[in-house]
Amino acid sequence: MPEPSTTETTAAKRQDSKSGAVEREFTVQERGQFQLVVRRFFQHRLAVISLVLLVVIVLLAYIGGWLWKYGPEDITPDNSEAPSLEHPFGTDAVGKDMLANVLRGTQISLQISVLVAIFSTVVGTIWGAVAGYYRGWVDTVLMRISDLVLTLPLLAVAAVLAHNVGGSWWLIAVVIAGLYWAYVSRVARGVVLSLREKEFIEAARALGAGDGRIIFRHLVPNALGSVIVNATILVSIGILLETALSFLGFGVRAPDTSLGLLVSSAQTAVDTRPWLFYFPGLFIILIALTINFIGDGLRDAFDPQQTKVRA
Amino acid sequence: MTSFDSQTTADPVLSVEDLTVQFPSDDGLVQAVRGVSYQLDRGEVLGVVGESGSGKSVTSMAIMGLLPRTARVSGRIDFKGRNLLELSEKEMTRVRGSGVAMVFQDPMTSLNPVYPVGDQIAEAITAHHDVRKEVARKQAVELLDLVRIPNPQQRATEYPHQLSGGMRQRVVIAIAIANRPEVIIADEPTTALDVTVQAQVLDALQAAKEETGAAMVLITHDLGVIAGQADRVQVMYAGKVVEAGTVDDIFYTPRMPYTLGLLGSLPRLDIKSERLTPIAGAPPSVVNMPPGCPFSPRCPMAADICDREEPTLEPTTDGRHVSACHFRDDLAGREPTDLFNPTSVDDAEAVAAGEKNE
Repeated sequence: MPEPSTTETTAAKRQDSKSGAVEREFTVQERGQFQLVVRRFFQHRLAVISLVLLVVIVLLAYIGGWLWKYGPEDITPDNSEAPSLEHPFGTDAVGKDMLANVLRGTQISLQISVLVAIFSTVVGTIWGAVAGYYRGWVDTVLMRISDLVLTLPLLAVAAVLAHNVGGSWWLIAVVIAGLYWAYVSRVARGVVLSLREKEFIEAARALGAGDGRIIFRHLVPNALGSVIVNATILVSIGILLETALSFLGFGVRAPDTSLGLLVSSAQTAVDTRPWLFYFPGLFIILIALTINFIGDGLRDAFDPQQTKVRA
Repeated sequence: MTSFDSQTTADPVLSVEDLTVQFPSDDGLVQAVRGVSYQLDRGEVLGVVGESGSGKSVTSMAIMGLLPRTARVSGRIDFKGRNLLELSEKEMTRVRGSGVAMVFQDPMTSLNPVYPVGDQIAEAITAHHDVRKEVARKQAVELLDLVRIPNPQQRATEYPHQLSGGMRQRVVIAIAIANRPEVIIADEPTTALDVTVQAQVLDALQAAKEETGAAMVLITHDLGVIAGQADRVQVMYAGKVVEAGTVDDIFYTPRMPYTLGLLGSLPRLDIKSERLTPIAGAPPSVVNMPPGCPFSPRCPMAADICDREEPTLEPTTDGRHVSACHFRDDLAGREPTDLFNPTSVDDAEAVAAGEKNE
């Protein structure tokens, strides 16, 4: 037990040399929770490769699409041309450049899926956390509502809504998210149910923390690990659902475009002009796959007990 | 209920009167606390000892209002002229932390793993006071310094998993005193810690108490901790106070066989003894308790009256020292070894063999 005076001097010394290395008994580098997670994530090779690939796709879609000499609407004199240096992904029957269209479609598809992930994660987490924290009749009412939402068939709801409100990209995102938050709420509730029995929650209550403070400052941050993993998976689910909806004609509509719409409009050309079909298809698969691997890596990073990955 | 409260001094900050806590269960009513009364004066340390399941923790949880909703609580808990049992949840939230604060047993689980400890102390401050974050954070560093954490400036930015058990418990203490409560309830603050660290934590607790001037209820299994820290002691058994008095009363003139047994099971440096004297048996189930003294099945002095009538707390050596035993006067001057068999037969042989070898 050091004397108070020594404590003060060390504290003072620390303040003097804030930037310099702190003198410690052990020179083990300390890591915060966040750093640990990042470090574990980067030991997951497939996840890192996927992350790099996804970043490349995103940059390509936003910066590449902006730099590329043709816009998605531009009609070039070459129609139905196979991939060449002039048109790396070929052109369609009216002469639109396929690369520009795929990049534009990737933008829209990514926007939809990210919006789906954010919206359903925020709503689902709060919904589930409130249900799990209060239990009793609050839990019963909230969870029966989300059970009800889970029974609604997505395609039927989307078909009805698409007819009535039209197909702008953010509306599609809201429709998908409006049905998918219920999955998140179940995950969040499960996590919160076990967290609420932990002693630090009781300690927080003993400190005079109210319900809101306990839910948002203690329960939700501790549930974030599972929730973030879920959110990544939701991004890829969002991509695939958007594709399905656009393919069936309930999604994004021309003149705007998305990967699903590109695939659907090219389905008749699979044999004659395969580049129209396979390039957007390849992008869909790449995005969904990389995001799934990233989610895998995140899960391992947040929950080290389940794997042998060491930090 | 007891004659205990009438003799205490004038300035009680917390007084518990005839507190009863019952939990309905499938096997019947669990009587966790059966009529506990005490007063806690300003700046005083009350030690509460007893085995697991004797109702120590449930009593303190009742004071904090943290019992599960199924619990049936009756009696009075007066804190600054208000009965805490009658407060609404909202009013109770205001009392928790700023009026009565709690130090939990296990520092490994009572801190939130996702925030730096400095933030957690600051949060405790902002929960009750409308201060800016930076101000609260500065106070947090001062509090860490107060509970003797070296290098507080840096420690404040670290996460619970980066601190040792003793340090975490000091953080928990810092959180408990963050709002200058008038009563600190420390529920087995050293039980989960290494012996070498216990002294540091008790030191921090002492410093915290002196700084805030708070009264303290110190719950523990460890009579050694009580002897060093407490002003008064309360011995609990099967949901009841069976003996209460000053530290000297309890340690030197115990008037209840259970207390005597507890003291006999404690290793002591000042008295030479070959063996410790255990109390045979286990505490009774608190579901559907039979009439009579709950300690009688384990008590070497038990007589017929003990199975019929439960003794009440009555004064013994003086008014403040009370015990619940029909034979309290017979216990004067008895040693633990007079009552409890120190060794079983084969143990005695082993001791004898050991002596021969020497």
